[in-house]
Amino acid sequence: MQTQINSEWTTICKKNELSPNAGTCAQFKNQQVAIFFCKRSDNIYAVANFDPFGQANVMSRGMMGSTEGKTYVASPLYKQRFDLRTGQCFESAEHSLKTYAVRVANENVQLKEVS
Amino acid sequence: MSKQRIIVVGNGMVGHKFIDVIINDKSVDYEVITFSEESRLAYDRVQLSYFFSGKSAADLALTDENYYQENGINFVLNDKVVELDFANKQVLTHSGRRERYDKLVLATGSFPFVPPIPGNDQPHCHVYRTIDDLEAISESGKTSKVGVVIGGGLLGLEAGNALVNLGLETHIVEFAPRLMAVQLDEGGGALLRRKIEDLGVKVHTEKATSEIVDGEFCRYRLNFADGSFLETDMIIFSAGIRPQDELARSSGLSIGERGGIVIDNHCQTSVEDVYAIGECALWNNFIFGLVAPGYQMAKVAAAHIKGDTSLVFTGADMSTKLKLLGVDVASIGEVHGRTPGAKSYTYHDEIEQVYKRLTVSADGKKVIGVVLVGDVDAYGTLLQLKLNNMDLPTNPSMLILPNVGDEQAAGLGVDALPDSAAICSCFDVTKGEIKDAVAAGCTSMSALKASTNVSTGCGGCSSLAKQVLDCELANLGFEVKNDICEHFAYSRHELVDIIRVKKIKTFDEMLEHCGTGLGCEVCKPAVGSILASYWNDYVLEDAHIELQDTNDIYLGNMQKDGTYSVVPRIAGGEITPDKLIVLGEVAKEFDLYTKLTGGQRVDMFGAQLHELPLIWKKLIDAGFETGHAYGKSLRTVKSCVGSTWCRFGLKDSVAFAIDIENRYKGLRSPHKIKFGVSGCTRECAEAQTKDVGLIATDKGWNMYVCGNGGMRPRHGDLFASDLSDEQLQTYTDRFLMFYIRTADRLQRTSVWLENLEGGLDYLREVIIDDKLNIASELEAEMAENIKNYQCEWKTTIENPAKLKRFNHFVNSADIDNNLSFVKQREQRFPTPKVTAEPIKIIELTE
Repeated sequence: MQTQINSEWTTICKKNELSPNAGTCAQFKNQQVAIFFCKRSDNIYAVANFDPFGQANVMSRGMMGSTEGKTYVASPLYKQRFDLRTGQCFESAEHSLKTYAVRVANENVQLKEVS
Repeated sequence: MSKQRIIVVGNGMVGHKFIDVIINDKSVDYEVITFSEESRLAYDRVQLSYFFSGKSAADLALTDENYYQENGINFVLNDKVVELDFANKQVLTHSGRRERYDKLVLATGSFPFVPPIPGNDQPHCHVYRTIDDLEAISESGKTSKVGVVIGGGLLGLEAGNALVNLGLETHIVEFAPRLMAVQLDEGGGALLRRKIEDLGVKVHTEKATSEIVDGEFCRYRLNFADGSFLETDMIIFSAGIRPQDELARSSGLSIGERGGIVIDNHCQTSVEDVYAIGECALWNNFIFGLVAPGYQMAKVAAAHIKGDTSLVFTGADMSTKLKLLGVDVASIGEVHGRTPGAKSYTYHDEIEQVYKRLTVSADGKKVIGVVLVGDVDAYGTLLQLKLNNMDLPTNPSMLILPNVGDEQAAGLGVDALPDSAAICSCFDVTKGEIKDAVAAGCTSMSALKASTNVSTGCGGCSSLAKQVLDCELANLGFEVKNDICEHFAYSRHELVDIIRVKKIKTFDEMLEHCGTGLGCEVCKPAVGSILASYWNDYVLEDAHIELQDTNDIYLGNMQKDGTYSVVPRIAGGEITPDKLIVLGEVAKEFDLYTKLTGGQRVDMFGAQLHELPLIWKKLIDAGFETGHAYGKSLRTVKSCVGSTWCRFGLKDSVAFAIDIENRYKGLRSPHKIKFGVSGCTRECAEAQTKDVGLIATDKGWNMYVCGNGGMRPRHGDLFASDLSDEQLQTYTDRFLMFYIRTADRLQRTSVWLENLEGGLDYLREVIIDDKLNIASELEAEMAENIKNYQCEWKTTIENPAKLKRFNHFVNSADIDNNLSFVKQREQRFPTPKVTAEPIKIIELTE
C-alpha cells in the first residue's frame, strides 16, 4: 500500500541513540514523533507523541509492553494503551495515534509520512 | 390510546427513586411530570454533611436534567403544588399551572421540626435539611465564633459536625438524658458523649430551652428551664422531622393523628389512584425517617401502578450504622430492654473507648438488639442474624469480643446466610441477587457494583458483599489466581523468591527464566522494584530503564501537562536557612510553583524535561540529594521538634528521624513507605498514621506499624513497647524486608497486614521471635541494600550519556512548544485544559 515515490526518508538519529525497549522523542517536519525500539524483537515503531487523552506531548515517555502478541505503548499520564503498529487505542475505539513509517539504514533511524 | 400520565409531587431522594424505577422498567411507558419546590433536582441528603468537607451541590446530585430529558421525564422546579383536585384528577401549582393526572404520587418528604421557643425565628437560626439550609449555615458561620445545635439525635450530631468543620466552638443541647436517645442505650450514649467531648464539642443534656434572647458576649443567649444559660452566635434546630403532609391534609386525604399521609401495604392513600411514599407517608402508624424504606415504598408504588399487586410494603428495618463526628456508631433492633425476658452481653473497654451491647431473647437464641460505639466491625454479622432471624452461636459473647474477625467470631460464614438476606439496604440487594450476578459473569467487585448497585450507596456493606462474591466464586469453582499478569504465572511473592534465590539481576533474565512476551505496566515495574530492593543497582541502567514507571524513568513526578515536580530530600524535615534559600533561588530561576508537602519538604512544580538536570545540578552542588518522591520507596520520616526545644519532648525525635531517613532512603518497596517519629505521647508527628511510627516513652520507643493516611486511613498497631535504639533498628530492618519480600504489588503495609494470615501476632513472631528463622537473612539483605545506596540524581548528572535522555528531542535542542502557563496567586500553573469530564485512569488488573 505504501508508495515511496512522493516522499523522502528523513534521518533522525543513530540507532544506538534510541533507548532499548523504551521511547525517544524526535522532531520530524514540525511534528513530535515518539520512536520505540523493541530490542527483543529488533523492531522500531513510530507514532505521534501527543497523548489524545492527557492532551500533552508525552507518549515517548510511556512504557512499552505486549498483550496477546500485540506490542503497545501505555500513556505515562492515564495509562491508555495504543497498538504501536496501528496506533489504535485498546481502551477506546475512537482514539488512535498517527503512525509513521520508520526504518534503519546504515544505522541511521529514518522517518517518513505514511501515505 | 394515550399514555398513562403520572404526576410525582416532590423530587427528593424517594421521588427520584420512583422515577428511576419507572425509567428502568422497560415494560412500561408513561408520561411523567415531577414538581419540586426546590431549585434543584434530587440530591443525596444522606451525604449532605459532605457539603462541608468540600463536596459541591453537583457532587451530591442523584440525577441531572439531561438524564430526565433523555428519558422523557418532564420536570418543573421552583414551583410548589398547592392544591389537589381529586374529583377532576388535577393538581394546581403555586404559579397557577394546572395538570391532569391518571396516577398521583406524593413524595413530599418531611420538614425539620422547630420547637416553639420564643425567639426561634432570628436571622442566625437555621435548620439542617436542604442544600439551601447548608449554604445559609455556611454564611452564618462566617460571622460566628460559637454555634449551638438544639437536638442530640442523629441529624443533630451531623449538624454539630458541620459546625466543627466551619471552625466554630460547638455545643450540642439535648433535652433527653443522653445523645441519640432513640438508637442508643445509656452505656452507648455515655461513651459517644465522651468521645465527642474529647473532640472539643461541648454536650449539654437534660436541657430544655425556654427562650432565645439577645446575648451579652455572643449574638444570642439560650435560657434553659433550669435557670442556666448558654451564649451563641448561631443556632441549628435539629429536633426531629415531621411529615410534610400539609398539601394532603388540605386536600382531604386521610392523615394520621400525629401527622403523615396514611397508606396501605401498596402505598395507596385514602383516595384512589393517589399514592404516598417516603417520609410523608404513615404506614401502620409509623413514619420511616430513613432512605431505604422510602426506596422500598417507591418500588411498591411503581409495581402497583403497573398492576402488579404481588409487591407489598411490610415495614422496614431501622438499623443504622454511621460515623458521627468521626465516631463509629451502630444500632440494631430494640435496644431499650423493653422485650420481656431479654438478657444482654456488654463489652466495655474504657481504654480504647469501645462499647458493645448485645441483647438476646429469653432463650438466648435470637438477637433482640445491638448497640455498638467505637468499633462497629460486628455490625454486618449481627444485622444478618437479626434480619434473618437466625440462631445465635452457642457462645454469643464471642460476637462482641474484640480482635476477632466477623466470620470467626460468629462461626457464621456468608455461606450460612439465606438467599433472601439483604446485603445492601440502600439498594435492596439480596444475597440471591449477588449469586445470580456472579453466575452471570460478575467476577469482581466493580462488575458486581455496576450490575447490582450493591455497595454504591453508603458503602457500609462492601466487605460483606465482597465476602459473598468470594464465596460464590469459590462455590462456582473459580480458581482465585494470583498471577501478576499474562507474562508471568506467579504472584509477586513468588517473583521475589525467584529473583532472590536464583540471583536474577535483569528483566531479560527474568523473562527468559519464567516469563513470556515483552512484559507490561504491571510486571515491569514490579520486577524493577524487586530487583532494586535486592540488588539496588542504578535504576537508569540500560537493562533497567524500561522497567521504570512514569515517574521513575525521569526521576521526577510527571504532572498533568507532562512537566515534572522536583522534591529534594529534607531528612526529618530539618533544613538550614541557607539550604532553604537555595530552594527559593532555584525555584525562582526556573519559575517553579512551590508548595510544602505533608511530609515536611518542599515540592517544586513545572520543571520541563530538559530543565531537570540543570535544576538538580544546582541542588546537588548545594548539598541536596534526591528525595525519591517519584519512587515506590521510602518517602519521608516526619518528626516533631523533640526534646531539644520542646518542653514536653522525651527524646530527640528529629535526630532520630534523620538517622532513620538516611538509613532507609532509596529503599524500593511494593508501595511507598512513610515513617513518623514523635518525641512524646502528644504525637505531633502523627506517627500512628505511618507505615512505621515511633513514639518516645520515658523508657525508649513505642513502635507502631502498618498505619496509613490516604484513601482508607488506618491507625498503626502497637507492635512493641519501650525499645532501645538498637532494638528498634533491628526490628525495622526485619519488618521492612519482610514486607518487601511478601507483599503484593502496590500493597501498602496496612492492607498487607490485614491480609497476613495470623495478623499482628504472627508478624511479631516472625520479626521479634524469629519463628521462620529468617531474621539474619532479612538483616543481611537490608545491609546489602544500604551499602549500595546512591543518589540517583548525582549518578545521572555525572553521566553525559544518561543526560541525553533529558532532551525533549533526540535530534533537536528545541523544547516542547505545547506547554502554556497562567499566573495565579503570584505563581505559575499549567493553563487549564478544556475537558468535558475527568479522564479515566486505566488500571490493569487480573
